Amino acid sequence: MPSRLARTWSALRAERRAALVPYLTAGHPDRASSLAALRAADEIADIIEVGVPFSDPLADGPTIQRSTFDALGGGMTLAGTLALIREAGLRKPVVVFSYVNPILRYGVTRFLADAAALGVAGLLLTDLPAGADPALERMVAESPLELIRLVAPTTRDERLRDTVRGAEGFIYLVGRLGLTGASRDLATGLAESVARVRAATALPVAVGFGISTPAQAADVAALADGVVVGSALVERLGREGVAAAAAVLRELRLAMDERTAAPVTRVVSGAAR
Amino acid sequence: MPSTLHSERADVGRFGPYGGRYVPETLVAALDELSAVYAAARVDAAFGAELDGLLADVVGRPSRLSEAPRLSERVGARVLLKREDLNHTGAHKINNTIGQALLALRMGKRRIIAETGAGQHGVATATVCARFGLECVVYMGAEDVARQRLNVYRMQLLGATVVPVESGTRTLKDATNEALRDWVTSVVSTHYIIGSVVGPDPYPRMVRDFQSVIGREARAQMLERTGRLPSSVVACVGGGSNAMGMFSGFLEDDGVALVGVEAAGEGLGSGRHSATLAAGAPGVLHGSYSYLLQDEDGQVSPAHSVSAGLDYPGVGPEHSWLRDTGRVRYEAVTDGAALDAFRAVCRLEGIIPALETAHAFAWLLDPARGWAADDLLLVCLSGRGDKDVAQVAALLGGRA
Repeated sequence: MPSRLARTWSALRAERRAALVPYLTAGHPDRASSLAALRAADEIADIIEVGVPFSDPLADGPTIQRSTFDALGGGMTLAGTLALIREAGLRKPVVVFSYVNPILRYGVTRFLADAAALGVAGLLLTDLPAGADPALERMVAESPLELIRLVAPTTRDERLRDTVRGAEGFIYLVGRLGLTGASRDLATGLAESVARVRAATALPVAVGFGISTPAQAADVAALADGVVVGSALVERLGREGVAAAAAVLRELRLAMDERTAAPVTRVVSGAAR
Repeated sequence: MPSTLHSERADVGRFGPYGGRYVPETLVAALDELSAVYAAARVDAAFGAELDGLLADVVGRPSRLSEAPRLSERVGARVLLKREDLNHTGAHKINNTIGQALLALRMGKRRIIAETGAGQHGVATATVCARFGLECVVYMGAEDVARQRLNVYRMQLLGATVVPVESGTRTLKDATNEALRDWVTSVVSTHYIIGSVVGPDPYPRMVRDFQSVIGREARAQMLERTGRLPSSVVACVGGGSNAMGMFSGFLEDDGVALVGVEAAGEGLGSGRHSATLAAGAPGVLHGSYSYLLQDEDGQVSPAHSVSAGLDYPGVGPEHSWLRDTGRVRYEAVTDGAALDAFRAVCRLEGIIPALETAHAFAWLLDPARGWAADDLLLVCLSGRGDKDVAQVAALLGGRA
C-alpha cells in the first residue's frame, strides 16, 4: 500500500496543485493556541510539519528560535509534542521536524513506535545529514515513518545522489543558503536547484527556507511540488494569534493554486520529470 | 602498532561511538572540503615547515617546561609545569588558530569566524587574523562579554568584530550556536575556527593534532630534564583542547596516569556545574555525539563555572571515549577549590594562572591525593590569569 505521503502527493498531482506545507513549533505560543493552529492548518494545508522545540536550534533563525524558547518555557517536550499531535487528531499527513538529541534521549525505538502509533507519516532530522549515523538512519528506514531528507544549495551532485538514494516521502530542498527565516528575495537559481534534484530522483520536491509572501509561494509552486512556510507563519501566530495565522495560510493557498493551475507550469515540471 | 584505546576511525570521524557529523546539510560540503584540505596538509612537508616556523616565530614555541619548587614542597612530590601561559596571547589556544588560519588561506577563505567563552580563543583568533590580514568576527555570550571585558577590548584592538550573543544562556554554548548559524549562511566565503576539540568531524581530531605540539614537546622535555616519564599528567577540561593536546603525547605510555579536571562549579549536587564527563549522559550538541549535560527531555542544561572557559555543557568526543575506556581519569573540582588553588599558585610560584588551569592545580593540591615522594607530576599550565584578575578581585572582595 502506498504511504500516506505518497497518497497525498498523487492526489495533489491529479488536482495539478502544489502542496502547502506549513511548519509549526509544538507548544508555540502556548499549548492551546498551538493545538488550534495545528487544526487550522489541517483544514487549509496538505502536509503539516510539527517542530519539536530544542534548547539549541542552531539551524534556525531568530523567529523559530524564539518560538522554541517560548514553547520550552511553557513546558513543551518531545512527549508533549506527541500528545499534542494525538489530541489534534489531524487528517493530513504529519512530519515531525526535530533535532537529533531529543529523539536520542526519548529513545529512538520508543519514539518511532509511539509516533507510528499516532499515524505520524514522516521524520525530518535537522542535524542528521545523510550518512551521518547509519544505525539511526536504518532504524528510521525500517519504521513506518518516512525519512525526509534535506538537500542544500551546497550539496554537491555526487552527494545528492547518495542523499536521495535513502530518501523517502519527499525531498526538502533548502531554497537558499542560510537559516530558516523570512526573506524578501528568493534565491536566484532556484529553478536550477529544483531541476538538479529532479534529475536525481522521482520523489516530489518541497522547497523551504525564506518563503514568506503569497507571491513567493506562488513562484515556488510553479517550480516545485511543495512549498514549506515556517517563520512567516510562526511569526504571525506568535504576534496575532490563530485566526491571523490561518489567514496567512489561506492567502498562500489561494496564490499557489491560481499559479499552479496555469498550463505553462505543467510543461515546466513535466519536462523535468 | 595502533592502540585499541586510541582507536580513532578517521574515515567516519568517530572515537568509539563518539564524534560524527550531526550538522545541517548545508555545512556538509564545507566539512568535506576542510577534511580534504587538512588531509593534504598533514602529509605536506611544506605545510608542516610553515606551521613550525610560525609556531616558533609568532607563538614563541617551544614553550618552557618549568620546575615548580615551592608547589613541589607543598604537595610532597616533584611538579613540573608545561608553560602554555608563556605563549603569545597567553594561552594554548593560538597553537590551533595558527594551524586553522593556514588551512583557511589554502581554501582561499578570507573571512574567519570563531566562538569564545573566556575570550582566549577569540583573542588567539583575532591575533592570527591580524597577522594574516583576514577579516575576523567573534561570537561571545553576552554574559561572558560582561565578565571578560579586557579580552573583548583586546579583540577589538586586534581588529576583530565582537558580536555579543543574547540568546539562550548567553554563554559559550549559545555563542557556538550563533557562530554555526553564521557559517550556515556564509560557508562559501568563510572558515569557522572552532577553538576546542569539539564540533563535527574533522574538528575534534584536527584541533587535537594542532594542540598535540604541547604533549610532544612536554614528553621530550620531561625525558631530557628528568630522565623519565611523568607518573601523572594533569590538565583542566572544558571542551578539552589543552588536555587533548597534552594527553596525546602520553596515550601510548601505559605507566603514565592521565587526569582531566572538570569544573564542579558550586558542587555536583547543586546542579550548577560544568562536569560533563562526571555528571552528563551521551547526546548530540554542536555537531558531535559526546557526553552532555542535559535533562530528561534531551534539552541541554545550562552549565556553570567560575571560569568562563570551562562553562560549557559539552566536551570533546575523544574525551568521552577516553573516559569510557578508562585510559584517562576525569575528576571535578569546585569553584571554591579552584579559587584557593589560584591564590596558592600565585604565592608559591609567582605565576598567576588562568582560572581554568587553577582547576587542574586544585586537584593536584588536594591533600587527599597523598602524593609519594617519587611521584613525578606534570601540569599543563594552559593559560595565564591576567584576564581573570578583575573577576577574582570581585569574588574575593578585594582581598588578595
